[in-house]
Amino acid sequence: MTAFFGKRLAYSLISLFGLLVLVFFLSRLTGNPADVLLPPDASAAERQAFSERHGFDEPIHIQFLQYLSDLLRLDFGESLRQNRSAMEVALNAYPTTLQLAGLTMVLATTAALLVGALAAIRPGGLFDKIASVFSLTGASTPDFWVAIVAVLVFAVGLGLVPTSGTGTPMHWILPIAVLFLRPFGLLVQIVRGAMISALASPYVKTALAKGVRDRRIVFAHAMRNSLLPTVTVAGDVATGLINGAVVIETVFGFPGIGKLMIDAIHQRDFAVVQATILITACAIFIMNIVIDIIYAILDPRIRYQS
Amino acid sequence: MPRIATAFRLLANDRLALGAGVVLAVIFLLALVGPFFVSDLATRPDLLKRNAPPLVLENGFFHLLGTDTLGRPILARLIVGAQFTLGIATAAVLCSMTIGGFLGLIAGFSDRWYSQVILRLADIIMSFPSLLMALIVLYTLGASLTNVIIVLAITRIPVYLRTTRAEVLELRERMFVSAARSMGASAPRILFRHISPLVVPTLATIAAIDFATVILAESSLSFLGLGIQPPQFTWGAMVAAGRGYLSSAWWVAFWPGLMIVITTLSLNLLSRWARMVADPQQRWRVQSLRR
Repeated sequence: MTAFFGKRLAYSLISLFGLLVLVFFLSRLTGNPADVLLPPDASAAERQAFSERHGFDEPIHIQFLQYLSDLLRLDFGESLRQNRSAMEVALNAYPTTLQLAGLTMVLATTAALLVGALAAIRPGGLFDKIASVFSLTGASTPDFWVAIVAVLVFAVGLGLVPTSGTGTPMHWILPIAVLFLRPFGLLVQIVRGAMISALASPYVKTALAKGVRDRRIVFAHAMRNSLLPTVTVAGDVATGLINGAVVIETVFGFPGIGKLMIDAIHQRDFAVVQATILITACAIFIMNIVIDIIYAILDPRIRYQS
Repeated sequence: MPRIATAFRLLANDRLALGAGVVLAVIFLLALVGPFFVSDLATRPDLLKRNAPPLVLENGFFHLLGTDTLGRPILARLIVGAQFTLGIATAAVLCSMTIGGFLGLIAGFSDRWYSQVILRLADIIMSFPSLLMALIVLYTLGASLTNVIIVLAITRIPVYLRTTRAEVLELRERMFVSAARSMGASAPRILFRHISPLVVPTLATIAAIDFATVILAESSLSFLGLGIQPPQFTWGAMVAAGRGYLSSAWWVAFWPGLMIVITTLSLNLLSRWARMVADPQQRWRVQSLRR
């Protein structure tokens, strides 16, 4: 078990390093931050002083080594825009995104398990047909479009919820409802498929023959065995959910990492871009480890060996 | 040929899938032929007719869905936008399928260091939200048609790579591979002549499912302003352009979004049907409908 997670950790660190290299050099290709951050009439001497202060005058490979050695000392650099530590800026924006994505993911998984299981009881039945159409539509809609149509109808038209911003719980209803659609749609189909094959297996027949009640067979016997494929897909869906969160945050004016990243890229605030990427990658890496542990809990047959 | 005929008969039995197929065929046909006839109409501003409401026929057929903020008929623009939306998605899917399949063949067949490198690169791409990566890359390299296609292709490569590798890992132990090797076939010959024909059908199935994902990804990029740049445009960019006029002219943003939904929904319906037909455990569902 330890060896397995050790190998897993090593691979993740390699991936993380690759990502950092990529982001570091790509972000420096966008050009000199002095062009964006200094006034257009800044003199050459001022520009030179700015570059020297932030180390942009060094050759790029020296800059990279400097960045790595800072990183090892947990120094993530300064935000050029906000005169604060880049990590502080990134961590400030993170809770919003995590709450948005986390809450949506919990709701979507729960709802998908319920709807998928009910649909699998009678494949081809009325409930299954309705669930299929809804889930396929959910998985096929562009979230940004649903978001602006929802704002038009529920916020502008009916005035039920605010159009954008954060603050009250009312501000969260629309973003979560919109973000919910895609993961829910994808997961319902997975749960349904897994449940159909689980309900066709011999142990379900045995349970039926013993006279176990239907509800217990579906939700206790078959559901437990359908959780494994569901969790696998839920991990990928959760990573993809960050994509949705980025778009939704821009539509609803949420101060999360999506908005932060877009602003930071435009302002060539390299340290913030790198810090945000680093946290996101770490979060996803931790999530994957958690998923591995969930596997072992769900299926006692799984033993991790490297 | 008989296999294609069977496929058509099975399709005719599933009304939903048949409908999706017809809708897709119409959209693709319009995207291929339509722009020759309407591209002038779609790009010429006519300020007298700006923000004309939809479902009014007095300005002519192409004004059926209303006009945008510069008075250009939306129906004509949808057709021109379809060309770019579907063109980019097709190119990206083909690129990622070819490159991913090729790298997967190598990673599955050889145990050398470069296989490890390929797999780790795929891990990097997979373990990170594709949109964030695309934002950085497109902002750096500029949002040209080629760059958008490349970025979209790269984010989807791991899917094909991993599938191909998994298949190759199994196939390379089969007897026909040993036979080919014992007759002196080189590694490239075994891979491309003997193994790859068996992998291609699987990849084609994934490509069909992936198509909808890529359309949605491209639309998100365009919506954020990092898709292809004006004067070229896709449906996602049309939604973005209409966003500011939601309360005064909802139709500008509404129709292009609806087109995305219709296209991706049809693709998903059709690929779900294809998976059902291809899966022996579920195939009876389709066949039992036969009278």
